[in-house]
Amino acid sequence: MKSLLATLALTTALTIPGLAMARPVTLTTTLNAYGGDGAYLALYVTDAAGAYKGTLWMAGGKSKYYSHLSDWSRGSAGDFSEISGITGASVGAGRSLKITLDLADALFDAGYELHIDAAVEDMRDSPSEVVAPLTSGGAGQAISGRRYIQSFTYDM
Amino acid sequence: MLRHLHKFPGLLAVLLVSALALSGSVLSLLPALDRAGAVAASGAQISVADLAGRIAVDYPGVEQIRRTASGKVIAFYFENGRPAAVVVDPVSGQPLSEYAPSGFERWVTNLHRSLFLGDGGRIVAGGGALAMLVLALSGLQMTARRMGGWRHLFDRARGTGAQRLHVQFGRLAFAGLVLSSVTALYMSLATFELIPDGMSKPLAPPTEVNGGKPLPVDQIAALQGIDLDQLRELTFPYEGDATDVYAIKAATGEGVIDQATGRMLAWQDHGIARQVHELIYMLHTGQGLWWLGLMLGLSALSVPVMGATGAVVWWTRRRARPGIAGNCAAQAADTVILVGSEGGSTWGFARTLHEALTAAGHKVHTAPMDSLLTSYSAAERMFLLTATYGDGAAPATAGSFLKRLEAVRTSPAFPVAILGFGDRQFPKFCQFTQDVEEALAGKGWASLMPLETIDRQSAQEFARWGEALSRAMGEDLALVHTAVRPQSHTLTLISRSDYGSEVQAPTSVFRFAVPESSLAARLMGRAWPRFAAGDLVGILPPDSILPRYYSLASSTRDGFIEICVRKHPGGLCSSHLHGLQPGDTIEAFVKANPGFRPARGSRPVVLIGAGTGVGPLAGFIRANSAGRPMHLYFGGRNPFSDFLYRREIDGWLKDRRLTSLTTAFSRVKGGTYVQDRLRKDADHLRAMIADGAQIMVCGGREMAAGVMGALAEVLAPAGLTPIALKAQGRYVEDVY
Repeated sequence: MKSLLATLALTTALTIPGLAMARPVTLTTTLNAYGGDGAYLALYVTDAAGAYKGTLWMAGGKSKYYSHLSDWSRGSAGDFSEISGITGASVGAGRSLKITLDLADALFDAGYELHIDAAVEDMRDSPSEVVAPLTSGGAGQAISGRRYIQSFTYDM
Repeated sequence: MLRHLHKFPGLLAVLLVSALALSGSVLSLLPALDRAGAVAASGAQISVADLAGRIAVDYPGVEQIRRTASGKVIAFYFENGRPAAVVVDPVSGQPLSEYAPSGFERWVTNLHRSLFLGDGGRIVAGGGALAMLVLALSGLQMTARRMGGWRHLFDRARGTGAQRLHVQFGRLAFAGLVLSSVTALYMSLATFELIPDGMSKPLAPPTEVNGGKPLPVDQIAALQGIDLDQLRELTFPYEGDATDVYAIKAATGEGVIDQATGRMLAWQDHGIARQVHELIYMLHTGQGLWWLGLMLGLSALSVPVMGATGAVVWWTRRRARPGIAGNCAAQAADTVILVGSEGGSTWGFARTLHEALTAAGHKVHTAPMDSLLTSYSAAERMFLLTATYGDGAAPATAGSFLKRLEAVRTSPAFPVAILGFGDRQFPKFCQFTQDVEEALAGKGWASLMPLETIDRQSAQEFARWGEALSRAMGEDLALVHTAVRPQSHTLTLISRSDYGSEVQAPTSVFRFAVPESSLAARLMGRAWPRFAAGDLVGILPPDSILPRYYSLASSTRDGFIEICVRKHPGGLCSSHLHGLQPGDTIEAFVKANPGFRPARGSRPVVLIGAGTGVGPLAGFIRANSAGRPMHLYFGGRNPFSDFLYRREIDGWLKDRRLTSLTTAFSRVKGGTYVQDRLRKDADHLRAMIADGAQIMVCGGREMAAGVMGALAEVLAPAGLTPIALKAQGRYVEDVY
């Protein structure tokens, strides 16, 4: 269910012809022990020009806090309907978020980037804390974030 | 109704509300600590641009500047690829200390708002706030009712220790608890987005960014126009991103600023909802209003105390009131029985009546007289069964009956029957019952049958009244009452000291061991309870179910139970006691008498007693290890025969537990009575009364009347009367 909806969300945004050309990708985001409450994370994709294309996952349930995910908020223009069905709980310090979804082949090696915005109550907002170029060769390589994210990897 | 509204949330939520209150008290300290640690910005006006410019000199990687409600300024910056934060001086921009958010604060905050249970916990905490509000409002109304009206709300609290504590803490903490719970409810609703907090709309992204060479931050015109006092948060543009903007949040609104032109690209004023939210947030947390925070924290500290005392009050009341099987709701009952009972025996008669009427097919509601309601919608008749306490006073469950009766505006359509319980040996036999009858007649209430009285719990008289009732109601009721022997403990006599036989007043001081109880008995409330001098001990002579009461001359702390008893010719109980030898046992129980205790504090106490009346007074003196001024007036017959406690009194004078002793003996040459001594000491007594002294009288009725007459004369020149002092709780009597 999760992967189907994620695929739909992205395909509507990216209008990729040929839905069959997709593969399961596992995204693993591990937070460090930053000593705060659970983090809100927005995982989304931008194109080669840096323009927002679509959201993959939203960790954190209360939409009133989404403005703290400022790059995502700017890109999505605050359109919450887009993330209905791909929203989960916020992620505690030191914990991992692991999601598997079907991503279109066309997203890889074409200049697309995966961004993670992070925000924690009473702590500094961290937009685009992780920016990972989506390439076939980048799979399995850990990228570290600046503040809250210890490492991010995508595996195909 | 009101009591249920108070009782159920109180008992159900006591632990939850206490946890919320205690964690809230801890949090309430933080704004004050934060403020103490913050450097006050001297009167000079500083703009956000000035401060940001100074900070940018020391921290070129600065990303965000925040100003807390207490005025602390925190700069978040990037150094060598690692984020860091520092607290800076708001005037100079110089670093003061590293900024490290407290894990403890976060822990307590999470306990306070969600009990570490996420959204489910937040809902529970919101329910706790609602319970707190209901408790505070119903509690205040109950207090007003108990004190006899709103005008008397702050009068001296009465009742047992737990009741007094509950009322005193409640009155002090009321305002704080209401403010805390109302603001908490608002915040709870805002968290679940059930009411708007004005925060949900993000500013639309700017469309026309200049993109030119960025200006230094201190030359940004839009920031020069904003005073530092207004700043909440300033976020810098990404380094190297010419299209990014400054984002500012201020007290009045928020906006974005072009980094090349320094102009405000977009600005949005805070709406009313946002301003309301910020105000309520401040009122709840004390952030920005540290003194209020401390006061709320202090109020919250009273919650666990009120929880504990409330539970004790509930449990004591529950135990004192025998269960009535099949008790109907007040508004559904056709027959209402209200009970005024001191020791519980009148409840037994009420239960017999209740059962007989229920068996005859009536819907019966039985309750204490103190819970008189303004109307009973289905009632067809009412019974008032009441004892009289002491010298004509209302018994424990009817203390506020006459006041509540005044509040009943319209007389009911149903008739009332009054039945009094008492002992004809007392001159004011069933006095309170008569007072109730007069009050009802004065208000034009209809009478079902004439007032009847029952002497010494006579089952025969009660059955006869039942026959009269059957005729009045035209129904066949049989009132067969079997008195229940009070639950008692076995006491063993340790020692006795005998006095007075030479003056035909054989009197002994009996000392019994405190019976030991198992832990289970203590938990179930069946143990020998804590007691204080002035409380009563009921003694059951063999083969009798009618207890005789004696004033206690010792307290739990003394480790023994002491009473002072004069042998009356033909007296069943006193004769039995006087026949006891150390090692012998009797059956007894304790009855609290909270009305006869020295008031708290260090004001002088004037103790006046004659004969065995000195017993409880001796107990008060023995307990006076703090050495507050205590003056004893003792009356007896002959100093060499019935001078009770003579040796102990000498010792107490030496160790200052007793300040002065004045004696009066009647059967010596030139004999006098205590009242004569009081008149002689008039100046001294008036001075002590002016100093706030309390007068405590214990003894026979005649002696008490004589003392009151003498004191009326003594007080008259000062414009005072014993009655006026009585109303203030400064003249208390224990008369037998």
